[in-house]
Amino acid sequence: MFIKHEKIEKNVGLMMVLTLIVVAIGGIVEIVPLYTIQSTIEKVQGMRPYSPLELVGRNIYIREGCYTCHSQQIRPFRDEVERYGHYSIAAESMYDHPFQWGSKRTGPDLARVGGKYSNEWHVAHMVDPRAVVPESIMPSYAFMLDRPIRTDDIADHLRANQIVGVPYTDEMVENALADLLAQANPDADTDGLMQRYPKAVVAAFDGDPSNVTEMDALIAYLQMLGTLVDFSQYRADDLRQ
Amino acid sequence: MPTKPEKDAITGTEIRSHEWDGIQEMDNPLPRWWLYVFYASILISIIYMVLYPAIPGITGYTKGILGYTERHALEADLVAHRESQAGFFDRIAAATPAEIREDADLLNFALAGGKSAFADNCAPCHAAGGAGRAGFPNLADDDWLWGGSLDAIQTTLLHGIRWDQDDDTRVSEMPRFLADEILTTEQIADVTQYVLAFVNRADDPAAAARGAPIYAEQCGVCHGAKGEGNQELGSPRLSNDIWQYGGTADLVAAQIGNPQHGVMPSWSGRLDESTIKMLTVYVHSLGGGQ
Repeated sequence: MFIKHEKIEKNVGLMMVLTLIVVAIGGIVEIVPLYTIQSTIEKVQGMRPYSPLELVGRNIYIREGCYTCHSQQIRPFRDEVERYGHYSIAAESMYDHPFQWGSKRTGPDLARVGGKYSNEWHVAHMVDPRAVVPESIMPSYAFMLDRPIRTDDIADHLRANQIVGVPYTDEMVENALADLLAQANPDADTDGLMQRYPKAVVAAFDGDPSNVTEMDALIAYLQMLGTLVDFSQYRADDLRQ
Repeated sequence: MPTKPEKDAITGTEIRSHEWDGIQEMDNPLPRWWLYVFYASILISIIYMVLYPAIPGITGYTKGILGYTERHALEADLVAHRESQAGFFDRIAAATPAEIREDADLLNFALAGGKSAFADNCAPCHAAGGAGRAGFPNLADDDWLWGGSLDAIQTTLLHGIRWDQDDDTRVSEMPRFLADEILTTEQIADVTQYVLAFVNRADDPAAAARGAPIYAEQCGVCHGAKGEGNQELGSPRLSNDIWQYGGTADLVAAQIGNPQHGVMPSWSGRLDESTIKMLTVYVHSLGGGQ
């Protein structure tokens, strides 16, 4: 051809130049779209940052490695849509740092598990998965019932997300601890919480309102997954970027 | 280093100029078939880029001349699948569950559809075949908390039970007789004996007798004078020895003192109406339909 391979191999300078060109093309193709990310996210109503309790639950989800067995991405195929619900869109994970799409399903997809089961079922399932799903191979997470969550750094978690672009307002950061406690207590005044985080589910998730455990936080997170966008008002053409 | 390429004595192939420990490399060309496949794949990739979405740009991406998107393909797939079911879904959408039961064809379809929807959505709590488990009612017997008629089952499916996010959900709440200090521990033990007497399991007749007036005053309004229950209020029947949270004296007393309440999600937002009708007919058919 034009340049003999032998020539490139024997000429370090030429090899470096050509390598640089090839790597640059790959880099441009991967990096340039990141600068246009705003135009790749669908404009839909309803998305909001995670409430403080949900955020703690999400951190537990990541800590326990739930993503290694559960994906959070419903692909646009008929079998998935009929089983799990509307396919996932980019906007639904725009406040995720990092996103939890996952790449492997040992267990079912969780992108729309919110509201599918009662809190009691989630507790029973976490404590002993085989008690409710006989064929399950999920480990038991009963220990989360006995572990109170750490609350002193919750405002910092919101601030960290603020820095990477999640639109937490200063009001949200200021009320982080109050909102966290209110969401786990059915008797609390939740007006502020519901105004800041619409559709937040308030409950004593683990059945015990006296303390906020990791079980409360994780179930609060699971119960909101995929519930924020009302897809009945969108068709495929409306979900344009 | 030789200036002129050496040739292999046997094959006549050129030998590359490097050598390690006497091992040399022949400069064979790539196999022809491989090379042609390689060129063909380059050509195919170019055709693909013309036809399908391919190259990202600053404000969007190339759409390709076929205008293909997976999301539109999915919509077409869903429509085609519905049509392939010969209008069954349309007929189910137009019929009431009672009418579905009358029509053998429709019933057959609804039972199959209901079974698969049940396995995915309902079995995690109510177990396979609706056998139920502690805290999650058995749907295959004739003991119903909120009614076992087609209409009652459909309402329960549509709106759930104690599901806060649904304004029409079924709600009932038993008072926390011990936690809220309505009754004392001794009174609850007496009522427990009285309740167990409904199913001939009381082991302390004197306590049961003491519990009778307490039951009449506190429990009878919802659960009925003889423990027959009230499906209007979702109050369980107490006289059939079916216990959601356990039937030993201790567990019955615990349930009176600080009752647990079952929660079922509302399915109207998640499943479409036809699927809910199919589930209604399926659950009704499990054994206890009224």
